[in-house]
Amino acid sequence: MTKQSPANIATIPDEGVDKGGQRLTPEQVTRVIRRMFEEEGGARLKIYIETCVHCGLCSDACHFYLSNNKDPKFSPAGKVKQTLGIIIQKKGRVSIDFIKKASEIAFTECNLCKRCVMYCPFGIDIAYLMLFMRRICHKLGVVPQYIQDTAHSHSVTMNQMWVKEDEWIDTLQWQEDEARDEIENLRIPLEKEGAEIFYSVIGPEPKFRAQLIYQTAVIMNVAGMDWTMPATPGWDNSDMCMYTGDDEMAARLKKVHFEAAMRLKTKRIVMGECGHAFRSVYDVGNRHLGWKMSPLPLIHAIEFYYELFRDKKLRVKQKYDIPVTLHDPCNVVRGGGLHELARYVINETCSRFVEMHPNREHNYCCAAGGGVINCGPPYSKKRVIGNKVKADQLADAKARGAKIIIAPCHNCHAGLEDIVKYYDLDMEIKFLGDIIYECIDKT
Amino acid sequence: MLHDLFSFVRGPMVWIAFTVFTVGSLYRLISMWRLAKKKDSVIFNYFSIFFAIRSIGHWILPFAGVNMRKHPAMTVVAFLFHGCLFAVPIFLSAHVILFKESWNISWWWMPDMAADIMAMIVIGCCLFFLGRRIFLKEVRYLTSVSDYLILAAVAVPFISGVWAYHQWAAFQAALVIHIVSGEIMLMIIPFTKLSHMLFAPFTRGYMGSEFGGVRNSKDW
Repeated sequence: MTKQSPANIATIPDEGVDKGGQRLTPEQVTRVIRRMFEEEGGARLKIYIETCVHCGLCSDACHFYLSNNKDPKFSPAGKVKQTLGIIIQKKGRVSIDFIKKASEIAFTECNLCKRCVMYCPFGIDIAYLMLFMRRICHKLGVVPQYIQDTAHSHSVTMNQMWVKEDEWIDTLQWQEDEARDEIENLRIPLEKEGAEIFYSVIGPEPKFRAQLIYQTAVIMNVAGMDWTMPATPGWDNSDMCMYTGDDEMAARLKKVHFEAAMRLKTKRIVMGECGHAFRSVYDVGNRHLGWKMSPLPLIHAIEFYYELFRDKKLRVKQKYDIPVTLHDPCNVVRGGGLHELARYVINETCSRFVEMHPNREHNYCCAAGGGVINCGPPYSKKRVIGNKVKADQLADAKARGAKIIIAPCHNCHAGLEDIVKYYDLDMEIKFLGDIIYECIDKT
Repeated sequence: MLHDLFSFVRGPMVWIAFTVFTVGSLYRLISMWRLAKKKDSVIFNYFSIFFAIRSIGHWILPFAGVNMRKHPAMTVVAFLFHGCLFAVPIFLSAHVILFKESWNISWWWMPDMAADIMAMIVIGCCLFFLGRRIFLKEVRYLTSVSDYLILAAVAVPFISGVWAYHQWAAFQAALVIHIVSGEIMLMIIPFTKLSHMLFAPFTRGYMGSEFGGVRNSKDW
């Protein structure tokens, strides 16, 4: 197995970045950067850059740094130095090649997981700075092709995966049909006005993880929940535009999502097991729309499952007996504090639980989130090499017996799958929903 | 010549230094506040005194945070450094006497012996920071000339102060250097990375508010 440090690899070719760069002139670059600083660079940007005393204490927070032989180029402050640091030093007079490299750093070497915020004595928000860099790249049109394509899908279809409206409805009906073999008269209620729960998922669920919708339908029906999904755009709660720096689109997406829930007069939104979507709906998109918190009550699947067990709506037939460990996703744990609730659900459903270390807020990121995995195959090797520390952490949990990794987040799921495969860990990754579906009494 | 210089740095220059420090700090804080009002109104919406204090509390207690426990030497040095850095200039008998002579106000001062040791601790800490900048690759990578200059700006008043106190060779010159460098340090606080003295409570407090109020989690 090669353990080549990505630092030794030259800038990775990416059509989106390369072609975007070709369309630019150095004058445009300077003009756009200066305008960004003038219009959007406020007190946070200024203070974060000015007060960082270059102590290097953020380094140990970052999985990219820890995994790449502690190469300082991958430390959080190191990434700021190579991007915004130089831009500020040169007053925006940077080359197109510089922007291309900066785009690679901001988009593929930082998961915006905010672990470093907990390691910086001043609480400097590196993720904010990386997002600022990404927004500059977005305005310059120098964004990795795969994630930009996702953002295009968002702007055309209001979902992440180019799913057409009829395909969405068809997928739900297909899953309803399938699930009726298991539970008689099961319903996936579409467009039910006044339902208590508006259930939303991310684009990839109907696209290639339709069984998750099946499982949710079973859980909802067994628990006797009053729920619905919309037949119109707004069903997708995901948001890659938030990560490409396209804040305007991010706001539009959340508007459509919230409005779908409100049009159906539902009482609250329950989201599937996705981390970035939770960040988008709970923390970011609402702010773009001028809402301090989301305009109607909103909970992540972890919290929902917790409620179902707490209120005895679900009954466990037989606890899941294969030893499990839990990966705490940054967006729902460091971003939502759902770690104890996730453990509650695991204790209700699994008989053997092995903690991985570090855990909870201090868990290592999957290296897929923050839009990094969405930058696609060109960067996948760099991504898995850049998270060897996660592989070590998983191997340690495995050595203590864990066979299954529970990851209540889509990006984590995909990222961990790559890591497990690359480092030959031979572990299986599951959603909480998978476990619940398997062990509840469905009669 | 030395005497004239001494009179200047001991007299008008002190006024200038304190004025630049005070007005400069106020200017930085107020202008940043106004900029935040204009561009970062989000800060004011989410700022929570409770969670800000909760976070700051964890970061001003030695070893209360995970990263402090990961770097015990740095933690001990950083706390000793900042403690002595503030305590020595404020509670040094010589300084208190100067205030007493000028404005007839005075406060508690520490024994000279203690101040001497604490000043040496500051110098030792500066050497530790210098060592980090030179030998730790993650710190060296981030370090630029200005970082060394800032470190020097903090170290020189203490080195020269100890020098003058012990009346080593050319201590009168050392005293002038001590006063001038102290004044320079004071004056550059608002305008350099030393401004973390002004802003760190706000950045930490804001992050504490986001983590506590929105993210329902800890940030230490």
